[in-house]
Amino acid sequence: MSAHADPTLWVRSRSKPSALAKLFDNKTFLIFICLAPALGLLLVFLTYPLGLGIYLSFTDTQLGKPGVWVGLENFQYLLTDRVFLNTVWNTIFYTAAATAAKFALGLWLALLLNENVPLKSLLRAIILLPWITPTVLSAIAFGWIYDPQFSIISYVFKHLGLISTNFDFLGTPWHARWSLVVANTWRGIPFVAISLLAGLQTISPSLYEAAMLDGASGWQRFRRVTVPLLMPILAVVLTFSVLFTFADFQLVYAITRGGPINSTHLMATLAFQRGIPGAALGEGAAIAVSMIPFLVIATLFSYFAVGNRKWQQGSDDDV
Amino acid sequence: MAEVSIRDVRKAFGATQILHGVNVEVADGEFVILVGPSGCGKSTLLRMIAGLENISSGDISIGGRVVNNVAPKERDIAMVFQNYALYPHMTVRENMAFSLILAKAPKAVLEQKVGRAADILGLTQLLDRYPRQLSGGQRQRVAMGRAIVRDPQVFLFDEPLSNLDAKLRVQMRGEIKDLHQRLRTTTVYVTHDQIEAMTMADKIVVMQGGNVEQIGAPLDLYDRPANLFVAGFIGSPAMNFLKGRIQGGAFRVGDMLLPLGSTRGVAEGMPVVYGIRPEHWRLDDGGIPATVRLVEPTGSETQVVAEFAGHRVVCAFRERVTARPGEILCITPDPACVHLFDDATGMRLA
Repeated sequence: MSAHADPTLWVRSRSKPSALAKLFDNKTFLIFICLAPALGLLLVFLTYPLGLGIYLSFTDTQLGKPGVWVGLENFQYLLTDRVFLNTVWNTIFYTAAATAAKFALGLWLALLLNENVPLKSLLRAIILLPWITPTVLSAIAFGWIYDPQFSIISYVFKHLGLISTNFDFLGTPWHARWSLVVANTWRGIPFVAISLLAGLQTISPSLYEAAMLDGASGWQRFRRVTVPLLMPILAVVLTFSVLFTFADFQLVYAITRGGPINSTHLMATLAFQRGIPGAALGEGAAIAVSMIPFLVIATLFSYFAVGNRKWQQGSDDDV
Repeated sequence: MAEVSIRDVRKAFGATQILHGVNVEVADGEFVILVGPSGCGKSTLLRMIAGLENISSGDISIGGRVVNNVAPKERDIAMVFQNYALYPHMTVRENMAFSLILAKAPKAVLEQKVGRAADILGLTQLLDRYPRQLSGGQRQRVAMGRAIVRDPQVFLFDEPLSNLDAKLRVQMRGEIKDLHQRLRTTTVYVTHDQIEAMTMADKIVVMQGGNVEQIGAPLDLYDRPANLFVAGFIGSPAMNFLKGRIQGGAFRVGDMLLPLGSTRGVAEGMPVVYGIRPEHWRLDDGGIPATVRLVEPTGSETQVVAEFAGHRVVCAFRERVTARPGEILCITPDPACVHLFDDATGMRLA
């Protein structure tokens, strides 16, 4: 009897692998081939523009006219430019005010949603709405809400007999600044609230029960259990929120275009204003580049100040 | 220290009834274990004693005081949770001292109480570590330390050993029992593991489906289970059950007759369930010929699964049995250790 006729004698045949299969078995080659697309995208769309921006900031390039290397001249000029210094100050104010408001309200919403409220999932969906609306659309909507003539807020107050003339939301620097902070807060709350809610839900309910048995009041449970356990995620959310707010462009450009009299310009809008409509590419790039140190400092601060606690070290198994 | 008294306690979540009128008395200094399968309501009952769940009806009193409407922190109890519920951002010392810190206790009191608890549990070297830096058994001990520091009237344990591996579980079982013998604090302990219940308790409360099936000392439950459920739940490997009838002062299953110890409370021809524990089978040349299906030697004893008259029974012999599957082994039950249950109600007959 031949070996092929008896099923118990069958052995798996070993075919020789092809050259291509061998190549894909090579770890170095595999790593390279898998990383190549991501690296390519990063190089073309991130590294190159960033490098070009930094290069441009050291030149006097204008739209349609290649510039020459001028060293730190752009930055020296900006340091004497009242509009630029005002913008830096305004950007910091805008970031600080909006972030504070977003965190206060976002944390409050997250705490509410973490309780057993009726229609919880519906509420959660509603809270996400501002975030999924395209920013430009909500900016245009806010533009109408703040409109000097057709503002719905003025309309309601007037019909209630509380005011006799329309609110001047965008006409004076401080009104405009606060109006923008409100719009940014409205837009940023969902991100903060949902992220913090996710953080709250990782806190085991038995910790609250243990604290309750240990005699902690509601406020003590919040201060001694919730807040410290929320710190790591708070740090991450804070970092992202500061970065997004600091580099904001759409809301301001769509609602005020930096006005009145340049008082609401953020660094991003000013950079665009000077670089594209103003044709001073080099100067615009210099403004954009000067955002980098602020962003780095903000990131480092929130990372080291509130993140990375000692108690997080050690094994991760089932705390 | 204090006694705990649970009187006709019911619990419903909406329309779902969880506890159907439970009565349990825990004497001062007693170690009582609530045991039962998942979903029997034992953890809910414990959480009601702690004040973490409301009482739908009935009364729970601790030390003679009805605590139905007393806040958890006023009940003077301490609880050890299944997942230990240690505060991850506090050191061992802070975890144990948390209740004292909240009560604004003087530093000297705090040091003394934490020091004593750490001493009892062997945690002195670990006081400055964080929970993440501890092993499972150490975390378990910290959770107990937190309870000891509070000096409560009653300790509550909610399945405290179920997150530990088998070996550590046996060790911690001993430590908890030892701790109770030293502190003599009234303890209510919940577990689904009947071995834990048997080895640790002064008194066991067997629960099923929101009802108490039987309350008694461990060996009483083992020797005289009140019904089929308790008989099957307590003991490992579980009791063998055979269905048949009483015939001529013996038990008839198929064409076999098995001996009875006592025929008190049974009538001729009555359908009954015959219960016999694995270790109450003896090897006997004049016994029932049974076919060996499986032999499991554990060293200290040999467990044999044997089959006769279409029934499989588990036997445990102290002697080493060399039989192989397929061979015939003659076995006989010890008539003094036979349990008879009513086939219709499942209640104990004799």
